[in-house]
Amino acid sequence: MKLFKFNGGVKPETNKDASTALPIATLPLPGRLTVPLHQSIGGTPRPLVRTGQRVLKGERIGAADGNVSAAIHAPTSGTIVALEPAVMPHPSGLSALCAIIAPDGEDAWAPVNPVDVRALSGGELRDYLRDAGVVGMGGAVFPSHLKLNPGRQGKVQTLVINGAECEPYITCDDMLMRERPDSIVRGTMLMAQVLGAERILVGIEDNKPEAIAAMEAASRGTPIRVLAVPTRYPAGGAKQLIRVLTGIEVPHGKRSTDFGVQCFNVGTACAVHEALDFGRPLISRIVTVAGNVSTPRNFEVLFGTPMAEVVRTALPRPDTNRYVMGGPMMGFPMPAYGVPVVKATNCILVASDHLFPPPPPEMPCIRCGECAKACPADLAPFELYWFARAHNYGKAQEYHLFDCIECGCCAYVCPSHIPLVDYYRYAKSEIWARERDKDAADQARTRFEFRNERQDREKREKAEKLAAKAAETKAKLAEEATGAPPADGDDPKKALIAAALERARQQKAAVEPKNTDDLPAAIQAEIGEIDARRQAAMPAEPPA
Amino acid sequence: MLSALIVMAGIALVLGAVLGYASIHFRVEGDPLVEKIDAILPQTQCGQCGYPGCRPYADAISKGDADINQCPPGGEEGIRKLADLLGREVKPLNAENGVEKPRAVAFIDEQTCIGCTLCIQACPVDAIIGAAKQMHTVVSGLCTGCELCIAPCPVDCITMETIPETVETWKWRYPVFAIRQAA
Repeated sequence: MKLFKFNGGVKPETNKDASTALPIATLPLPGRLTVPLHQSIGGTPRPLVRTGQRVLKGERIGAADGNVSAAIHAPTSGTIVALEPAVMPHPSGLSALCAIIAPDGEDAWAPVNPVDVRALSGGELRDYLRDAGVVGMGGAVFPSHLKLNPGRQGKVQTLVINGAECEPYITCDDMLMRERPDSIVRGTMLMAQVLGAERILVGIEDNKPEAIAAMEAASRGTPIRVLAVPTRYPAGGAKQLIRVLTGIEVPHGKRSTDFGVQCFNVGTACAVHEALDFGRPLISRIVTVAGNVSTPRNFEVLFGTPMAEVVRTALPRPDTNRYVMGGPMMGFPMPAYGVPVVKATNCILVASDHLFPPPPPEMPCIRCGECAKACPADLAPFELYWFARAHNYGKAQEYHLFDCIECGCCAYVCPSHIPLVDYYRYAKSEIWARERDKDAADQARTRFEFRNERQDREKREKAEKLAAKAAETKAKLAEEATGAPPADGDDPKKALIAAALERARQQKAAVEPKNTDDLPAAIQAEIGEIDARRQAAMPAEPPA
Repeated sequence: MLSALIVMAGIALVLGAVLGYASIHFRVEGDPLVEKIDAILPQTQCGQCGYPGCRPYADAISKGDADINQCPPGGEEGIRKLADLLGREVKPLNAENGVEKPRAVAFIDEQTCIGCTLCIQACPVDAIIGAAKQMHTVVSGLCTGCELCIAPCPVDCITMETIPETVETWKWRYPVFAIRQAA
């Protein structure tokens, strides 16, 4: 089959051999698991557990918040000792809500309910995957159930499975393909069935011959085609891999599904298989530990395991001074050694100043255009850099800043050592913040206008009500005046006053003095005196 | 001579008719400049500019009654945007109108609240819920941080809480380098 090419890209040293020498290892249960509730793109899951509650392995502890979200599960059985903020594996070093679990060592599974894909409708299946917490395992952690939607415009014809794994040092997908190709093939067939895809392509970089052989052997007898793609970073980017395998170039503002192509990572295929065929939610993943360690290798790690515990097993060298989550091109440094492994952690790169020396000082841009040649997204990185530097976000967006995949090729080739991706990340987050502010302002404006309108309406309604009541009273009085003319005069007002006075007089007469029996003579005399005085002071009885 | 006059008059008539038609059928409702200014203003409706809301302030700016530096919640960035839009000089925020503060939301101490509903009436965006003699609370997602509810509260139970930065709202910093390193 003819393969295509994408523009740009770089060929950094792959450094993958060290961590593929040993098979995937399982870690002993850590003493404490810190499971962040927010591990995927979308809404933060709502906690379903209380402090002190016992949970079983695979039990749901966070429910998806809305459809763009994915559930979170307990990675092992134990007790929830706290629900509190903990430092996240995020460059900000900020904290977010985590469930802290003390494992009981039994590792007892909650009851699992595998499903028959054929018996479920598309919607039910997507809900099932959302509640199983299945997200993209390539690092973007986008909820998979949203991508497993054939959509209205007809079905997805081509399913691309991404086993390229182009970033240096990272070998988790490579080892997964070598050791569990059957699971990947089974998961791929399930996804193809849901999407109705006829053509299934697995793209693997040609520097992984063992993985290619294993996948070819496992996919014999299926419509899956395993293709070796040339090793060039970033061949594992979704758009780049789609372009290499199918020749389809996804333009700005479109998605690959608009062209009938959907792309998933091999790890996601494995997770879909586990969730549907065994009913096991996503609670662990393969993590590469590489870099400044004596025995780099891959581990199957439960989510929430502190990174330091994983790295300790791989024997870090003493000059280690930081961990990087992800690879050397796209990864970012971790704020602490104890941050937990999450769904996005494909690699913990153990770094030291010796292995990854600090970047040389930034020099002025000489407009050599090397970055534009290297850009796999066909952007003009130097223009984006100028606009980001000048805080000119509108212009940066006009130059399609959001098509940038932050692969780092431009910074890699820059002769002036400009940290270009840092500028793009800065500009992107500024633009997002402005969008949020604008949405809030629009909402406030609508609410303010509605409130003003409501106040006007209330005022108007009150005035109308008063006017109506006044008219009603007038009409009533007129009716009384015409219906029953009073005996002693024509003025209805006078009659009303007379009636009111009569009522008051009767009321007064009805009031009897109390406790007047058996009073001593002195008090009786006093009362008599007061009564006399009152009689004298009272005006004459009004005329009846 | 006469034909020239007739031709000119004819052209004038036709163009006049076109312009007349256009002025009726392509009429722009409202003042588009006010809309543009209003879109820049932060919509806190706080009245710190001296006008009863963002829209009246936008009106005043477009008429030339108000200056562009009277909006503290909009801050420097807002002034810069207004200056860009109106082709004026950027100037510092007028201190008489207030100072730029970090974004905050109102918080009602529910132990102290007596349920007087005064803050509910003061809130310009209906972000406070409660009823007479019932506890009130602020819907923090809707609160614009205008501080208009603080003054009417008879028991001073409303405080402004700065919105903390979270992982979702965190922003990448502008790349900077230590001077020692660059030297």
